[in-house]
Parts: sequence; C-alpha cells; structure tokens
Amino acid sequence: MARAATMKGASFGYKMRKFVASKHFTRGTLAVIGFFVLWQAGSMGLMPFMHAIPTPVTVAEAFWEFMGTGKYWQSWMDSTLRVTYGFVAAQILGIPLGLGMGWNRNFKDFTYPLFELMRPIPPLAWVPVSILFWPTNESSIAFITFIGAFFTIVVNVLGGVSAIPRQLVDAAVSFGASPRQVFWRIVLPATIPSIVTGMMVGIGITWNVVIAAEMIAGNTGLGRLTWEAYLAGHTPGIIVGMISIGVAGYVSSMAVKMIGDWLMPWKKVF
Amino acid sequence: MANNGNKNQQNQQKGELILENVNRVFRMPGAPACHALKNCSFTVPRGSLTVLVGPSGCGKSTLANIAAGYDHADSGKVLLDGKPVTGPGRDRIMVFQETALWPWMTVMKNATFGPTMLGGMNKSEAEDRAIALLDKVGLKDFRDKYPAQLSGGMQRRAELCRALVMSPKVMILDEPFRGLDVMTRELMQEYLLTLYRETGLTMLFITSEIEEALFLGDQILVMTNLPGTIKTTVEVDLPRPRDFSVLGTERYRQIKSEVMESLYEEGAKIFAKLDGAGDLLGSCRAGS
Repeated sequence: MARAATMKGASFGYKMRKFVASKHFTRGTLAVIGFFVLWQAGSMGLMPFMHAIPTPVTVAEAFWEFMGTGKYWQSWMDSTLRVTYGFVAAQILGIPLGLGMGWNRNFKDFTYPLFELMRPIPPLAWVPVSILFWPTNESSIAFITFIGAFFTIVVNVLGGVSAIPRQLVDAAVSFGASPRQVFWRIVLPATIPSIVTGMMVGIGITWNVVIAAEMIAGNTGLGRLTWEAYLAGHTPGIIVGMISIGVAGYVSSMAVKMIGDWLMPWKKVF
Repeated sequence: MANNGNKNQQNQQKGELILENVNRVFRMPGAPACHALKNCSFTVPRGSLTVLVGPSGCGKSTLANIAAGYDHADSGKVLLDGKPVTGPGRDRIMVFQETALWPWMTVMKNATFGPTMLGGMNKSEAEDRAIALLDKVGLKDFRDKYPAQLSGGMQRRAELCRALVMSPKVMILDEPFRGLDVMTRELMQEYLLTLYRETGLTMLFITSEIEEALFLGDQILVMTNLPGTIKTTVEVDLPRPRDFSVLGTERYRQIKSEVMESLYEEGAKIFAKLDGAGDLLGSCRAGS
C-alpha cells in the first residue's frame, strides 16, 4: 500500500521502464517463453495428444498473414467496441444500483428479489430474447456483454457498501456531516475498492461473453474470426484467434487496473 | 498561526456529562433479553479526565455509544451541560477502538473534515488548527500521508488530532490504545496527557487496563459485569503532571489495590456466571 503512494505522481513512462527492469517482468517473460518452448516440443510429437496442434512457428506465420488483412483489424475493432459499450453501460447502471441497494433499505426491498431472480441466468441464455428484442445484431451482442458485467458489478458494490465499518460512518455523523455528505464523502469512496474489484472481474467476463456471443450471433469480431477459421479447417487461424482474444483481454485488464489505481491513490489494486 | 490555534482551544467550553439511571436492554429473537446496563449513574465533571474501567464485555462500549448518541438508553437520562443528548453531535466526539480514520483521505484531510462540515470553518483556518495539533503529536511532516502509510501509534495520534480539532465539549475515548504494543501504548498515554493538559478538555476514557486508568485518570469508575452498573468511584489524587515515576509511589500502589480489589471481584463473577448463563452473554455481545 505504501508503495502505491510513493509511485504516485511518477510518470507512466518512468513506471513502465521501472517495471520492465524488475524481476517481476523477467519472471513473467520467462514463463511465456517457456510455454512456447513446451508447445513447440509438443507439436513436434514429443508429447502425447499434441501432434495435431500446429507449431508456434506455423501459427506465427498465420499471424503475420492475418495481420496483413483489414478483416483481422476490423475484428479487433468490432469486439473491442462491443466490450466497451457493454462494460461501460454495466458500470453506469450497475454502480448506482449497487450503491442504492446498499444505502437504502426500501430501495433494496423493491429491487433485490428481482435482481437475484435474474442474476443466475447466464449471459448466453439471453441470446435468443436479445436477438428478438434488439433492432440490430450489434445492439443485441452489446446487450449480452452488458449482462455479463452488470450482475458482477452490482453484487460487488452492494457487498462493498454493506462492509463499510460502522465507525467510519458514525464518525462522520458526529462531525456534523449531513446524510448527503456522508454518502458522497464517506460511503462512495469507501466503496471504490469494491467497485474496482467488480470492474476487474467484469472486464474478464465481458471478453468471455462477447466471444461466445459472436460465435453464436455475430458476423464479425474476434470470436467470429476464430469460428470461421474452425469452419474452414484452418487450425493455425483458430489459434491466432485465441491468442488475439487473450491479448485483448490482458490489455483491457491492465487498462482497468490503471483506472483502479488512479481512482484509489491510497491503495494498490493488487 | 499555531498560537491562534492554542487560543481557540483555551477559550472553548468544557462540558459536564451526566448519566442518570441509564438502562439498556438488548432483545434478540430467540434469546433471553440481556440487561447490558442497569441504573448506570455517574458524572464526568467539567474538565476532568474520568476513566471507566471494567472487565471485558461488561457494557463499557454500550455506555460509550449511548453517551456519543449512536445508541439510545431504554430509560434514564444522558445530559450534557444539563441538556439531554438525543443523537450524535459535534459537542461529543468519540475516538474508537479500531482506527476510524478514513483511509482515502490524507492525515490532513481527515483532520479538517469535521471543522469544515456544516459551513463551520473555512479550509485554511481548519488547516492552521490541524497543523498546530499535528505538530504537538509529531505528525506535522506526515500530513500528506494516507493512514495506511502510518504506524499503529501514528494512526491513533492522528485520530486524537481529528477529534481535538473539533474542540468538543466532551471527548469519549473507547479503548483507543487497545492492540498497540506496550511501548507505543505508554507513549500514547503520555501524548494524551500532554494534550489533556494543554486543552483541558473533558474526557471520558474507557479501558480494561488498571495501570492505564491509574496513570491517566482524575477519577476511576469501576464497572460491574452484566448488567453493567457503576460499582465504585475511586478518586485518583496522584499529582499532575504525571510521568512514569508515579508508578513507583506508595499512593499509586494503594489506589491500584483498591481498584483491583473491586475489579477482580467482578472478574471472578464472570467465570462463575459462564457455566450457567453463557447464552446470556452471547446475546449481549450480538446485540451490542
């Protein structure tokens, strides 16, 4: 925790250079290289059941080919936009809903049962109604993505509000804070760590969901790209799609983590 | 500026806190009602440091919460300068057992939150006062740190400042040094005495440690086990300013044995009770 604040104010470039020079980065890089070595060994027939998998070199060649096409980059763009729409909408609606449920008992009485009825329905079970209700394919996929992140953020925020130590609120009341001031200056900042956790979990789920939704209902996107490679029997293409999804998820998690660190200078996300 | 801060504190009103026949019963469904406080009566005189000492689980925190206005008495009166206490207020500031600093605010923001509420002071005035107090407890250079960056003892000092900057009529300290190591604890007691001497605030200090009670207090209220009530009041006539040399004096030993006698009678009762009425205690804990 203390470290987060000493780094506060340092430039992004400085932090990145420092990170790349650290043992944490070296270890992570070694693990990724090790994975590729094992993969190469496996696909050369040195490990059972892996002979059908193309070698990393073949995949790298396919990757190069994909990267030369406009369709590949368009797939990135489409999936990223869908994730962004769904994710941002989930935060905009989910954070106030969670705060409201946690802060106001009457509001919770009305909303919580309905919320808990809807929560167990998996995002993909929303695909049929979503296609029926939403005017375009695009909006229905964004909606399914939204569902993926929405319930997670609400549960996290609700849990966060409920877990605020009582004396943090009591102290503010003694100091003369009005209910409005208690909400904005105590309850909301006290919930930020839970909001950030909800966002971290949520961004991963939105990528899971968007890929699956694209495979079922989409015409474009990284999920569709992967699926089409499968239909065409183009195995290296499938793996190119998978790696791309992994990279996309990783990059967006890092972006969310940066937002989290910016939102709470007193604490590190993790 | 620091002088200005001092003057404000000296001019302020010191309150007198009186509890009259305060009763508090916790009722939990499916458990026998638990009488946490029974006919509790005592006075915290104007400008005194009164210490409430009692075995753990005897209702000390319940009493503190009622005095602060977070909880209510089922019957009886709580009066501050003759006026009944009806809820939390700026005239009674509590320092809690666990740290209640707001983790997302720096030390300075924590300390100036209260004074700037309700259109009280403007920001720079509040900051001047806060700095004067932080300086006294050696935290001036830590004003821009977050609570998590401070040691346990520093957090408690910051919290004392946050309460003192309000110049409350009464300060209620509910086992504020619990969980600190022995050395830090002794240091905190000295800090508290310094602040008490300089501000002259009325303080109600709650603890389960006899040594702490003796070292700090003008008078010690010994509380009984459930149902909690004030068993005896012991005047501590040790000279002030006090330092740790008083611990070796004959008078200290006399008062200590007086307090210990009535306290250990209570401590022994709790073990006798636990055999027969463990449930009763349990529901009280849950209720408080």
